[in-house]
Amino acid sequence: MTDITKGAIVPPRSFLSQDAVQLFYRLLAALLICAVLAVLSDSFLSLGNILNVLRQASLTFFIASGLTLVVLTAGLDLSVGANVALSACIAGTIIHKTGSPALGILTGLACGGIVGLLNGIMVTALRIPSFIATYGMLWVLNGLTYWYMAGETLHGFPAGFRQIGSGYLFGLPIPVYLLLVFLGIGTLFAQRTIWGQEIYAIGANPVAARLSGIPVARRLLLVYAVSGTMAGLASIIFLSRLNSAEADIGESLTLPAIAAVLIGGTSLFGGVGTVFGTFIGALILTLVLNGMNLLSVSANWQPLVTGIIVILAVWLDMKTRRRAQ
Amino acid sequence: MSDALPIEVTLPTPLLELRGISKEFPGVKALDDVSFAIYPGEVHMLLGENGAGKSSLMKVLCGAYRADAGEFYHKGERVAISSTADAQKLGIAVIFQEFSLVPYLDIAQNIFLGREPKGRIPGTIDRRRILADARRVLDTIGFDIDPSTTVDKLGVAQQQMVEIAKAISQNARILVMDEPTAALSDRETELLFALIARLKGDGVAIVYISHRMAEVFALGDRITVLRDGRRIDGVRPADVTPDQLVRMMVGRNVDMTYPRNFADKPGEVLLEVKGLTAPTGIFDINIEVRRGEIVGLCGLVGSGRSEVARAIFGADPVTSGEIIFDGKTISGEPDLAARRGIALIPESRKSEGLALLRSVSDNLVVSALKKLFPSGLFDQRSAQRTADGLIRQLRIATPSARQTVGLLSGGNQQKVVIGKWLAAGSKLFIFDEPTRGIDIGAKSEIFALIDRLVADGAAALMISSEQIEICHVCDRAYVMREGRIAGHLTRSELTEENIVRLGMHHA
Repeated sequence: MTDITKGAIVPPRSFLSQDAVQLFYRLLAALLICAVLAVLSDSFLSLGNILNVLRQASLTFFIASGLTLVVLTAGLDLSVGANVALSACIAGTIIHKTGSPALGILTGLACGGIVGLLNGIMVTALRIPSFIATYGMLWVLNGLTYWYMAGETLHGFPAGFRQIGSGYLFGLPIPVYLLLVFLGIGTLFAQRTIWGQEIYAIGANPVAARLSGIPVARRLLLVYAVSGTMAGLASIIFLSRLNSAEADIGESLTLPAIAAVLIGGTSLFGGVGTVFGTFIGALILTLVLNGMNLLSVSANWQPLVTGIIVILAVWLDMKTRRRAQ
Repeated sequence: MSDALPIEVTLPTPLLELRGISKEFPGVKALDDVSFAIYPGEVHMLLGENGAGKSSLMKVLCGAYRADAGEFYHKGERVAISSTADAQKLGIAVIFQEFSLVPYLDIAQNIFLGREPKGRIPGTIDRRRILADARRVLDTIGFDIDPSTTVDKLGVAQQQMVEIAKAISQNARILVMDEPTAALSDRETELLFALIARLKGDGVAIVYISHRMAEVFALGDRITVLRDGRRIDGVRPADVTPDQLVRMMVGRNVDMTYPRNFADKPGEVLLEVKGLTAPTGIFDINIEVRRGEIVGLCGLVGSGRSEVARAIFGADPVTSGEIIFDGKTISGEPDLAARRGIALIPESRKSEGLALLRSVSDNLVVSALKKLFPSGLFDQRSAQRTADGLIRQLRIATPSARQTVGLLSGGNQQKVVIGKWLAAGSKLFIFDEPTRGIDIGAKSEIFALIDRLVADGAAALMISSEQIEICHVCDRAYVMREGRIAGHLTRSELTEENIVRLGMHHA
């Protein structure tokens, strides 16, 4: 018996894994943007501004982190923004009616989770492509929220509840602590649990994953439920920070979350990406918008710039990946 | 034995001659100074293991790759092949294993795709003429079918015929075929061979790539052997034995008889399938596999062998019947079967067996995650240790466990698929065409591995279209025909003739 490698001399993988290299470039890009902004604007490096950037990034990150898991399975969840809106409105109503923030928070998380689970059921049991299932869900949730709110605005929540979104602890905004906690949990879940490994395997090749004995449907249900629950969490932060809720708050959330996932290096084809990358993606996105504000660039330019960054990031990823193969 | 063949002197000018063709990719010399000639009216066999350079040579011939060095001579005249258009002008057509037909267009449209006869109104297609032209081309290759049939309704063999018709309609004089019989039944293979004889008679040269020894000797007029991108030898079938050819291909002696230690007494029953019927087209399947046994499952392609394997594994739904594994009835999804100890090594390892972009290590542990990490916490280093152990045990040729599995050769990829179930501690291994697309050296390694598995108390159910493999390796075999078990052959009855006899359709 002999080794069979004839003709196919394969280059050994570099010392650093592909993921590590891509994360490194992303961090570098984020730092570069910081450096440029620090030179161009005096106020960028102020503590207040940096904390503001982090707090803004955290909101995008909460939604995008759950979404990252969905995208890792080669799926997409377009309903996250609408989910945030519905969860926020229901949680807000519960707090108003019962006066209990705890009950409101639980309801918000549960509402988000149930919506996610329904997405998961559509994708697994009904075999509707996730893009379409969650797109339909977006409309359904919007419809429900508009009907439920009937043009009303909820506002004025207990001071304690408002601390979640706008309070500080040891000089740092509370959402930043939550960001760190969920960044840690998300990273551990994806990298250091067998469920995380199975999610990567499903995204890389769903057929092979199923034939390797992975309970694909159950894992997908989990992933969509997590994505929904994270939208529920985001809704609570949102509610607490704005101190109000309206039916249309979700409309500007979904696309930035997808942008953060893509800028963070997660492939829409599944199997490649990290939660940490999504964090950096959210950070880059927020930094650029923040920088444009500081430099008094009209907000009208923001979508254009976001689009260019997304295309650039994905193009660079594809280039490096092609080279690696 | 090589260029000094007396026959070469008397042959006419070659249709196409390759001199010193080289093609290099980063890190790999795919073709290294390859020279040979193709004569009109001959079947030129191209032999070599996977990675020997056959597909690169094919792509150079059809203009998909540009040779780095070397010259082409067409009927004695120096020509360049630097694009697919060049190749087409020279009359070179390649029939790849994956066809390039458009499924929702009909046969005629496919044959004349991009060259449709124009109708009277500008921008339209002369539908009547395209059908008549297609009819004529199909007649020349003796393929009797309505040219307005859409291609998605055709079987593999018929699609291949359409590809050939398309090539002929472009006045192809050199037809390169890449393992054309790989997906054909015996009957279809016969038809193809008849067509090849017909084309030969018309002076068409056929470059024929094959892994099947029998075909090489049945069809070939001359044989060119490639190894590691180099031309090793050019011979006539009459002058060599199969063993000599294998030696040329492998560059060493390979045991063609597969090692097998047959158990005198098989162990207890591990798998019992009773009256299994499934909507995928299998009916009343009864199968029994005992520990220590390798049981063959043969029959023609399309007779329902893979469907039986998938039904047992839970990959397809079942209408009725019972699957008893290790004393307990199972029914459900593949994750249940896998947990109980059943392993499926699917036919298409790239699309169904592996996550090609993930590492060797990731692929090796994917089915054993729960077993290796009962706490649910995954540890990359520990996973890689397990993978390293399997890489050593199975002699997987890879620079490291972190190598992307898609970069390994076919044989090594297959070992990874098997290794994944070794890690999971499976008891029954269902192999679906375990040696497809694997070169001879790796084949005997795979069989030695299966032998060791069953010697250690596991059992194997093996699907193979290579009847000779079934005969050499299996303790006994079931033969399928049209979705049913047509018969059972014991070790002493297990011959190629018996398999063919039971598996054949009785018209």
